[in-house]
Amino acid sequence: MWSPSRHPGSPRLSSESLLCFPRCSTADHGAIPRSARPLIDHPERTRVVHRRTHGGRTRIGPDQECRPRPARWRRTTRPREIELNTADLSPTLYAEGESLFHVPTLDEFFPDAILFGGTWFEFNRVQLVRLIVLAVVLIVMCVLASRAKLVPGRSQSIVELLIEFVNGTIIKNTLGLREGKAFAPFLMTLFFFLLAMNLAGVVPGLNLAGTSVIGLPLLAALWTFVVYISAGVKKRGIAGYLKHETAPPGLPKPIYLLLVPIEFLQVVLIRWASLTIRLLANMVAGHIMMVVFIGLTQGLLLSGTWLVAVSPFAGALAIGIYGFEIFVAALQAFIFTILAAVYIQMATADEH
Amino acid sequence: MDPMILSELTGNVASVGYGLAAIGPGIGIGIIVGKTAEATARQPELRGQLQSTMFIGIAFTEILTLLAIVTGLLFG
Repeated sequence: MWSPSRHPGSPRLSSESLLCFPRCSTADHGAIPRSARPLIDHPERTRVVHRRTHGGRTRIGPDQECRPRPARWRRTTRPREIELNTADLSPTLYAEGESLFHVPTLDEFFPDAILFGGTWFEFNRVQLVRLIVLAVVLIVMCVLASRAKLVPGRSQSIVELLIEFVNGTIIKNTLGLREGKAFAPFLMTLFFFLLAMNLAGVVPGLNLAGTSVIGLPLLAALWTFVVYISAGVKKRGIAGYLKHETAPPGLPKPIYLLLVPIEFLQVVLIRWASLTIRLLANMVAGHIMMVVFIGLTQGLLLSGTWLVAVSPFAGALAIGIYGFEIFVAALQAFIFTILAAVYIQMATADEH
Repeated sequence: MDPMILSELTGNVASVGYGLAAIGPGIGIGIIVGKTAEATARQPELRGQLQSTMFIGIAFTEILTLLAIVTGLLFG
Protein backbone atom coordinates (compact mmCIF):
# COMPACT_ATOMS: atom_id res chain seq x y z
CA MET A 1 0.00 0.00 0.00
CA TRP A 2 1.08 3.54 -0.63
CA SER A 3 1.90 5.59 2.36
CA PRO A 4 3.21 9.14 2.50
CA SER A 5 6.18 8.18 4.60
CA ARG A 6 7.51 5.93 1.90
CA HIS A 7 7.58 8.65 -0.70
CA PRO A 8 9.26 11.51 1.06
CA GLY A 9 10.06 13.31 -2.18
CA SER A 10 6.50 13.36 -3.37
CA PRO A 11 4.97 16.78 -3.01
CA ARG A 12 1.51 15.62 -3.88
CA LEU A 13 -0.11 14.58 -0.69
CA SER A 14 -0.66 15.77 2.72
CA SER A 15 -3.67 14.64 4.64
CA GLU A 16 -5.74 17.66 3.65
CA SER A 17 -4.83 17.81 -0.02
CA LEU A 18 -6.89 14.98 -1.39
CA LEU A 19 -8.37 15.42 -4.79
CA CYS A 20 -11.98 14.68 -5.39
CA PHE A 21 -12.78 12.03 -7.93
CA PRO A 22 -12.26 13.78 -11.24
CA ARG A 23 -15.16 15.14 -13.17
CA CYS A 24 -14.32 15.64 -16.79
CA SER A 25 -16.24 18.85 -17.27
CA THR A 26 -14.41 20.98 -14.76
CA ALA A 27 -12.65 23.66 -16.68
CA ASP A 28 -11.57 26.03 -13.95
CA HIS A 29 -10.30 26.05 -10.47
CA GLY A 30 -13.65 27.03 -9.08
CA ALA A 31 -14.76 23.44 -8.79
CA ILE A 32 -11.70 22.39 -6.84
CA PRO A 33 -11.83 22.61 -3.08
CA ARG A 34 -9.57 25.23 -1.64
CA SER A 35 -7.57 22.61 0.16
CA ALA A 36 -6.54 21.03 -3.12
CA ARG A 37 -5.13 24.18 -4.68
CA PRO A 38 -1.62 24.02 -3.28
CA LEU A 39 -1.40 20.65 -4.91
CA ILE A 40 -2.01 22.01 -8.36
CA ASP A 41 0.13 25.07 -7.90
CA HIS A 42 3.05 23.14 -6.56
CA PRO A 43 6.10 23.77 -8.77
CA GLU A 44 7.00 20.08 -8.93
CA ARG A 45 3.55 19.20 -10.14
CA THR A 46 3.31 21.91 -12.74
CA ARG A 47 6.61 20.81 -14.13
CA VAL A 48 5.42 17.25 -14.54
CA VAL A 49 2.12 18.31 -16.03
CA HIS A 50 3.82 20.64 -18.42
CA ARG A 51 6.16 17.98 -19.71
CA ARG A 52 3.57 15.31 -20.09
CA THR A 53 0.90 17.20 -21.97
CA HIS A 54 2.76 19.94 -23.78
CA GLY A 55 6.31 18.80 -24.25
CA GLY A 56 5.27 15.94 -26.49
CA ARG A 57 3.01 15.58 -29.42
CA THR A 58 -0.17 16.92 -27.92
CA ARG A 59 0.88 20.51 -27.89
CA ILE A 60 -1.93 22.74 -29.05
CA GLY A 61 -1.34 26.46 -28.80
CA PRO A 62 1.05 28.01 -31.35
CA ASP A 63 2.69 30.28 -28.84
CA GLN A 64 3.78 27.52 -26.54
CA GLU A 65 7.27 26.23 -26.52
CA CYS A 66 8.69 22.89 -25.54
CA ARG A 67 10.95 24.52 -23.01
CA PRO A 68 9.44 24.26 -19.52
CA ARG A 69 8.34 27.57 -18.12
CA PRO A 70 7.12 26.82 -14.65
CA ALA A 71 6.64 30.43 -13.65
CA ARG A 72 4.13 30.98 -16.41
CA TRP A 73 2.27 27.78 -15.83
CA ARG A 74 1.87 28.48 -12.21
CA ARG A 75 -0.06 31.61 -13.08
CA THR A 76 -2.45 30.30 -15.69
CA THR A 77 -5.67 28.59 -14.88
CA ARG A 78 -5.82 25.29 -16.60
CA PRO A 79 -8.32 22.46 -16.77
CA ARG A 80 -7.66 19.89 -14.13
CA GLU A 81 -5.68 16.84 -15.12
CA ILE A 82 -7.45 13.53 -15.23
CA GLU A 83 -5.08 11.32 -13.36
CA LEU A 84 -6.27 7.81 -14.11
CA ASN A 85 -3.11 6.77 -15.77
CA THR A 86 -1.46 3.52 -14.86
CA ALA A 87 1.85 4.79 -16.16
CA ASP A 88 1.80 7.62 -13.68
CA LEU A 89 4.29 6.63 -11.06
CA SER A 90 3.17 9.18 -8.52
CA PRO A 91 0.16 7.78 -6.76
CA THR A 92 -2.84 9.94 -6.11
CA LEU A 93 -5.52 9.47 -3.56
CA TYR A 94 -9.09 10.08 -4.55
CA ALA A 95 -11.37 10.87 -1.71
CA GLU A 96 -15.09 10.40 -1.93
CA GLY A 97 -16.44 11.65 1.32
CA GLU A 98 -14.69 9.73 4.03
CA SER A 99 -13.59 6.83 1.91
CA LEU A 100 -10.07 6.55 0.66
CA PHE A 101 -9.58 4.71 -2.54
CA HIS A 102 -6.04 3.98 -3.43
CA VAL A 103 -5.64 3.95 -7.20
CA PRO A 104 -3.12 1.24 -7.94
CA THR A 105 -0.09 2.15 -9.98
CA LEU A 106 2.90 0.19 -11.12
CA ASP A 107 4.47 0.94 -7.76
CA GLU A 108 2.58 -2.12 -6.58
CA PHE A 109 5.14 -4.27 -8.31
CA PHE A 110 8.18 -2.45 -7.02
CA PRO A 111 7.83 -2.50 -3.27
CA ASP A 112 10.46 -1.17 -0.95
CA ALA A 113 13.57 -3.21 -0.42
CA ILE A 114 13.72 -5.51 2.56
CA LEU A 115 17.43 -6.21 2.28
CA PHE A 116 20.34 -4.78 0.34
CA GLY A 117 18.38 -1.75 -0.85
CA GLY A 118 20.02 0.24 -3.62
CA THR A 119 22.41 -2.48 -4.70
CA TRP A 120 22.19 -4.96 -7.53
CA PHE A 121 21.01 -7.61 -5.12
CA GLU A 122 18.00 -5.70 -3.86
CA PHE A 123 15.66 -8.05 -2.09
CA ASN A 124 12.03 -6.97 -1.89
CA ARG A 125 8.65 -8.56 -1.43
CA VAL A 126 8.53 -9.99 -4.93
CA GLN A 127 11.75 -11.88 -4.37
CA LEU A 128 10.49 -13.03 -0.99
CA VAL A 129 7.33 -14.39 -2.59
CA ARG A 130 9.39 -16.16 -5.23
CA LEU A 131 11.67 -17.70 -2.64
CA ILE A 132 8.76 -18.91 -0.54
CA VAL A 133 6.99 -20.41 -3.54
CA LEU A 134 10.19 -22.05 -4.75
CA ALA A 135 10.86 -23.56 -1.33
CA VAL A 136 7.30 -24.83 -1.00
CA VAL A 137 7.28 -26.40 -4.46
CA LEU A 138 10.70 -28.01 -4.02
CA ILE A 139 9.95 -29.41 -0.58
CA VAL A 140 6.49 -30.69 -1.49
CA MET A 141 7.71 -32.34 -4.67
CA CYS A 142 10.75 -33.88 -3.00
CA VAL A 143 8.73 -35.25 -0.12
CA LEU A 144 6.05 -36.62 -2.42
CA ALA A 145 8.58 -38.15 -4.77
CA SER A 146 10.54 -39.78 -1.97
CA ARG A 147 7.50 -41.52 -0.57
CA ALA A 148 5.64 -42.22 -3.76
CA LYS A 149 3.44 -45.24 -3.39
CA LEU A 150 1.81 -47.51 -5.89
CA VAL A 151 -1.59 -46.61 -4.47
CA PRO A 152 -1.39 -42.83 -4.18
CA GLY A 153 -2.64 -40.84 -1.26
CA ARG A 154 -4.54 -37.62 -1.65
CA SER A 155 -1.68 -35.17 -2.21
CA GLN A 156 0.17 -37.62 -4.41
CA SER A 157 -2.87 -38.06 -6.60
CA ILE A 158 -3.22 -34.30 -7.06
CA VAL A 159 0.35 -34.10 -8.34
CA GLU A 160 -0.15 -37.18 -10.47
CA LEU A 161 -3.27 -35.62 -11.91
CA LEU A 162 -1.31 -32.54 -12.92
CA ILE A 163 1.50 -34.60 -14.42
CA GLU A 164 -1.06 -36.67 -16.27
CA PHE A 165 -2.60 -33.43 -17.53
CA VAL A 166 0.72 -32.15 -18.87
CA ASN A 167 1.49 -35.50 -20.39
CA GLY A 168 -1.94 -36.23 -21.81
CA THR A 169 -3.09 -32.80 -22.93
CA ILE A 170 0.02 -30.80 -23.69
CA ILE A 171 2.64 -33.27 -24.81
CA LYS A 172 0.38 -35.81 -26.48
CA ASN A 173 -1.46 -33.19 -28.54
CA THR A 174 1.61 -31.34 -29.72
CA LEU A 175 4.81 -33.35 -29.70
CA GLY A 176 3.36 -36.81 -29.42
CA LEU A 177 4.12 -39.09 -26.49
CA ARG A 178 7.13 -40.79 -28.08
CA GLU A 179 8.78 -37.66 -29.49
CA GLY A 180 7.93 -35.62 -26.44
CA LYS A 181 9.50 -37.96 -23.94
CA ALA A 182 12.85 -36.16 -24.14
CA PHE A 183 11.20 -32.82 -23.42
CA ALA A 184 8.75 -34.03 -20.79
CA PRO A 185 10.95 -33.08 -17.80
CA PHE A 186 11.44 -29.58 -19.18
CA LEU A 187 7.76 -29.05 -19.88
CA MET A 188 6.64 -30.45 -16.52
CA THR A 189 9.12 -28.29 -14.65
CA LEU A 190 7.95 -25.26 -16.59
CA PHE A 191 4.31 -26.03 -15.89
CA PHE A 192 4.66 -26.64 -12.17
CA PHE A 193 7.00 -23.72 -11.71
CA LEU A 194 4.77 -21.22 -13.50
CA LEU A 195 1.60 -22.60 -11.96
CA ALA A 196 2.96 -22.19 -8.46
CA MET A 197 4.38 -18.74 -9.19
CA ASN A 198 1.12 -17.57 -10.76
CA LEU A 199 -0.99 -18.97 -7.96
CA ALA A 200 1.03 -16.99 -5.45
CA GLY A 201 -0.92 -13.99 -6.72
CA VAL A 202 -4.13 -15.31 -5.21
CA VAL A 203 -2.73 -16.86 -2.03
CA PRO A 204 -3.74 -14.64 0.88
CA GLY A 205 -0.63 -13.32 2.57
CA LEU A 206 1.54 -13.53 -0.51
CA ASN A 207 -0.86 -11.62 -2.77
CA LEU A 208 1.64 -10.99 -5.52
CA ALA A 209 2.44 -13.39 -8.31
CA GLY A 210 6.10 -14.22 -8.67
CA THR A 211 5.64 -13.79 -12.42
CA SER A 212 4.26 -10.25 -12.20
CA VAL A 213 7.71 -8.67 -12.50
CA ILE A 214 9.51 -9.19 -15.77
CA GLY A 215 12.50 -11.22 -14.54
CA LEU A 216 10.79 -14.53 -14.09
CA PRO A 217 8.70 -14.63 -17.28
CA LEU A 218 11.78 -13.53 -19.20
CA LEU A 219 13.84 -16.29 -17.62
CA ALA A 220 11.26 -18.92 -18.46
CA ALA A 221 10.89 -17.62 -22.02
CA LEU A 222 14.62 -17.53 -22.61
CA TRP A 223 14.90 -21.04 -21.25
CA THR A 224 12.26 -22.11 -23.75
CA PHE A 225 14.12 -20.25 -26.50
CA VAL A 226 17.36 -22.07 -25.73
CA VAL A 227 15.57 -25.41 -25.57
CA TYR A 228 13.79 -25.15 -28.91
CA ILE A 229 16.77 -23.66 -30.72
CA SER A 230 19.09 -26.35 -29.42
CA ALA A 231 16.59 -29.08 -30.22
CA GLY A 232 16.32 -27.84 -33.79
CA VAL A 233 20.05 -27.32 -34.24
CA LYS A 234 20.77 -30.75 -32.83
CA LYS A 235 18.46 -32.33 -35.34
CA ARG A 236 19.42 -30.39 -38.49
CA GLY A 237 22.51 -28.27 -37.86
CA ILE A 238 22.38 -24.49 -37.81
CA ALA A 239 21.87 -23.88 -41.53
CA GLY A 240 19.43 -26.71 -41.88
CA TYR A 241 17.48 -25.55 -38.88
CA LEU A 242 17.22 -21.96 -40.12
CA LYS A 243 16.16 -23.16 -43.55
CA HIS A 244 13.57 -25.44 -42.00
CA GLU A 245 12.09 -22.69 -39.85
CA THR A 246 12.29 -19.72 -42.16
CA ALA A 247 11.71 -21.14 -45.62
CA PRO A 248 8.83 -23.57 -45.88
CA PRO A 249 9.02 -25.31 -49.26
CA GLY A 250 6.56 -25.02 -52.10
CA LEU A 251 6.00 -21.29 -52.36
CA PRO A 252 6.58 -18.98 -55.35
CA LYS A 253 10.08 -17.47 -55.28
CA PRO A 254 9.27 -13.76 -54.65
CA ILE A 255 7.27 -14.65 -51.57
CA TYR A 256 10.44 -15.82 -49.86
CA LEU A 257 11.85 -12.28 -49.94
CA LEU A 258 9.03 -11.27 -47.68
CA LEU A 259 8.64 -14.45 -45.72
CA VAL A 260 12.19 -15.25 -44.70
CA PRO A 261 12.90 -12.05 -42.73
CA ILE A 262 9.58 -12.26 -40.96
CA GLU A 263 10.02 -15.88 -40.04
CA PHE A 264 13.58 -15.27 -38.94
CA LEU A 265 12.47 -12.46 -36.67
CA GLN A 266 9.75 -14.75 -35.40
CA VAL A 267 12.25 -17.43 -34.45
CA VAL A 268 14.90 -15.27 -32.82
CA LEU A 269 12.77 -12.59 -31.18
CA ILE A 270 9.01 -12.64 -31.41
CA ARG A 271 8.44 -16.09 -29.97
CA TRP A 272 10.19 -15.64 -26.68
CA ALA A 273 9.27 -11.96 -26.39
CA SER A 274 5.61 -12.78 -26.85
CA LEU A 275 5.84 -15.57 -24.27
CA THR A 276 7.27 -13.08 -21.80
CA ILE A 277 4.78 -10.34 -22.51
CA ARG A 278 1.79 -12.65 -22.47
CA LEU A 279 2.57 -14.01 -19.05
CA LEU A 280 3.70 -10.71 -17.59
CA ALA A 281 0.81 -8.64 -18.91
CA ASN A 282 -1.73 -11.17 -17.75
CA MET A 283 -0.37 -11.28 -14.23
CA VAL A 284 0.09 -7.50 -14.00
CA ALA A 285 -3.39 -6.80 -15.32
CA GLY A 286 -4.88 -9.45 -13.05
CA HIS A 287 -3.21 -8.07 -9.98
CA ILE A 288 -4.23 -4.49 -10.77
CA MET A 289 -7.78 -5.63 -11.39
CA MET A 290 -7.95 -7.39 -8.03
CA VAL A 291 -6.46 -4.40 -6.25
CA VAL A 292 -8.96 -2.06 -7.89
CA PHE A 293 -12.00 -4.15 -7.05
CA ILE A 294 -11.02 -5.05 -3.51
CA GLY A 295 -9.82 -1.53 -2.78
CA LEU A 296 -12.99 -0.06 -4.22
CA THR A 297 -15.10 -2.36 -2.09
CA GLN A 298 -13.27 -1.22 0.99
CA GLY A 299 -13.57 2.40 -0.06
CA LEU A 300 -17.32 2.08 -0.57
CA LEU A 301 -17.78 0.18 2.66
CA LEU A 302 -15.97 2.80 4.71
CA SER A 303 -17.43 5.77 2.84
CA GLY A 304 -20.12 6.43 5.43
CA THR A 305 -22.61 7.60 2.81
CA TRP A 306 -25.35 5.85 0.88
CA LEU A 307 -22.56 4.25 -1.15
CA VAL A 308 -22.24 1.63 1.60
CA ALA A 309 -25.34 0.03 0.11
CA VAL A 310 -23.44 -0.62 -3.13
CA SER A 311 -20.48 -2.25 -1.45
CA PRO A 312 -21.94 -5.81 -1.25
CA PHE A 313 -22.23 -5.85 -5.04
CA ALA A 314 -18.71 -4.53 -5.38
CA GLY A 315 -17.58 -7.21 -2.92
CA ALA A 316 -19.32 -9.92 -4.92
CA LEU A 317 -17.62 -8.64 -8.04
CA ALA A 318 -14.29 -8.64 -6.24
CA ILE A 319 -14.77 -12.28 -5.27
CA GLY A 320 -15.70 -13.06 -8.87
CA ILE A 321 -12.52 -11.39 -10.09
CA TYR A 322 -10.59 -13.36 -7.50
CA GLY A 323 -11.95 -16.62 -8.84
CA PHE A 324 -11.21 -15.48 -12.37
CA GLU A 325 -7.61 -14.80 -11.38
CA ILE A 326 -7.24 -18.37 -10.10
CA PHE A 327 -8.46 -19.52 -13.50
CA VAL A 328 -6.09 -17.13 -15.30
CA ALA A 329 -3.13 -18.32 -13.22
CA ALA A 330 -3.74 -21.92 -14.26
CA LEU A 331 -4.55 -20.95 -17.85
CA GLN A 332 -1.39 -18.91 -18.31
CA ALA A 333 0.80 -21.71 -16.97
CA PHE A 334 -0.97 -24.05 -19.40
CA ILE A 335 -0.65 -21.68 -22.36
CA PHE A 336 3.01 -21.00 -21.69
CA THR A 337 3.76 -24.70 -21.51
CA ILE A 338 1.72 -25.64 -24.55
CA LEU A 339 3.36 -22.88 -26.61
CA ALA A 340 6.78 -24.08 -25.51
CA ALA A 341 5.78 -27.54 -26.68
CA VAL A 342 4.49 -26.14 -29.98
CA TYR A 343 7.72 -24.26 -30.58
CA ILE A 344 9.75 -27.38 -29.91
CA GLN A 345 7.47 -29.28 -32.24
CA MET A 346 7.95 -26.64 -34.96
CA ALA A 347 11.70 -26.87 -34.55
CA THR A 348 11.92 -30.64 -34.66
CA ALA A 349 9.00 -31.71 -36.83
CA ASP A 350 9.56 -33.53 -40.07
CA GLU A 351 8.09 -31.99 -43.18
CA HIS A 352 5.09 -33.73 -44.56
CA MET B 1 -6.73 31.17 -19.53
CA ASP B 2 -4.64 30.89 -22.62
CA PRO B 3 -6.68 32.48 -25.42
CA MET B 4 -5.50 30.03 -28.05
CA ILE B 5 -6.83 26.97 -26.28
CA LEU B 6 -10.50 26.59 -27.09
CA SER B 7 -10.94 23.15 -25.65
CA GLU B 8 -8.57 20.69 -24.16
CA LEU B 9 -8.75 17.08 -23.19
CA THR B 10 -6.03 15.88 -20.91
CA GLY B 11 -5.27 12.41 -19.72
CA ASN B 12 -3.58 9.53 -21.40
CA VAL B 13 -4.33 8.68 -24.99
CA ALA B 14 -3.06 5.17 -24.30
CA SER B 15 -6.40 4.28 -22.71
CA VAL B 16 -8.15 5.04 -25.99
CA GLY B 17 -5.47 3.09 -27.80
CA TYR B 18 -6.03 0.10 -25.59
CA GLY B 19 -9.74 0.21 -26.33
CA LEU B 20 -9.04 0.24 -30.04
CA ALA B 21 -6.51 -2.56 -29.71
CA ALA B 22 -9.04 -4.74 -27.90
CA ILE B 23 -11.55 -4.69 -30.77
CA GLY B 24 -9.72 -6.88 -33.27
CA PRO B 25 -8.51 -9.62 -30.91
CA GLY B 26 -11.96 -9.62 -29.30
CA ILE B 27 -13.55 -10.48 -32.61
CA GLY B 28 -10.75 -12.93 -33.35
CA ILE B 29 -11.08 -14.82 -30.09
CA GLY B 30 -14.84 -14.94 -30.60
CA ILE B 31 -14.36 -16.54 -34.00
CA ILE B 32 -11.80 -19.03 -32.64
CA VAL B 33 -13.95 -20.17 -29.75
CA GLY B 34 -17.10 -20.24 -31.86
CA LYS B 35 -15.48 -22.37 -34.53
CA THR B 36 -14.08 -24.70 -31.87
CA ALA B 37 -17.55 -25.10 -30.41
CA GLU B 38 -18.86 -25.90 -33.89
CA ALA B 39 -16.12 -28.43 -34.50
CA THR B 40 -16.64 -30.03 -31.10
CA ALA B 41 -20.34 -30.38 -31.85
CA ARG B 42 -19.49 -32.12 -35.11
CA GLN B 43 -16.87 -34.42 -33.64
CA PRO B 44 -17.08 -34.62 -29.85
CA GLU B 45 -14.37 -37.27 -29.71
CA LEU B 46 -11.76 -34.72 -30.84
CA ARG B 47 -12.62 -32.36 -28.01
CA GLY B 48 -9.26 -32.44 -26.25
CA GLN B 49 -7.24 -31.87 -29.38
CA LEU B 50 -9.51 -29.10 -30.57
CA GLN B 51 -9.26 -27.39 -27.22
CA SER B 52 -5.48 -27.37 -27.28
CA THR B 53 -5.57 -25.88 -30.75
CA MET B 54 -8.09 -23.34 -29.54
CA PHE B 55 -5.87 -22.26 -26.67
CA ILE B 56 -2.88 -21.89 -28.95
CA GLY B 57 -4.95 -19.78 -31.31
CA ILE B 58 -6.25 -17.67 -28.45
CA ALA B 59 -2.71 -17.15 -27.19
CA PHE B 60 -1.58 -15.86 -30.56
CA THR B 61 -4.58 -13.56 -30.88
CA GLU B 62 -4.56 -12.32 -27.34
CA ILE B 63 -0.96 -11.18 -27.50
CA LEU B 64 -1.99 -8.24 -29.69
CA THR B 65 -4.17 -6.81 -26.94
CA LEU B 66 -1.56 -7.52 -24.31
CA LEU B 67 0.99 -5.69 -26.44
CA ALA B 68 -1.36 -2.72 -26.30
CA ILE B 69 -1.24 -2.80 -22.49
CA VAL B 70 2.52 -2.92 -22.55
CA THR B 71 2.70 -0.16 -25.16
CA GLY B 72 0.58 2.04 -22.94
CA LEU B 73 2.88 1.42 -20.01
CA LEU B 74 6.01 2.00 -22.05
CA PHE B 75 5.05 5.15 -23.94
CA GLY B 76 2.14 6.44 -21.86
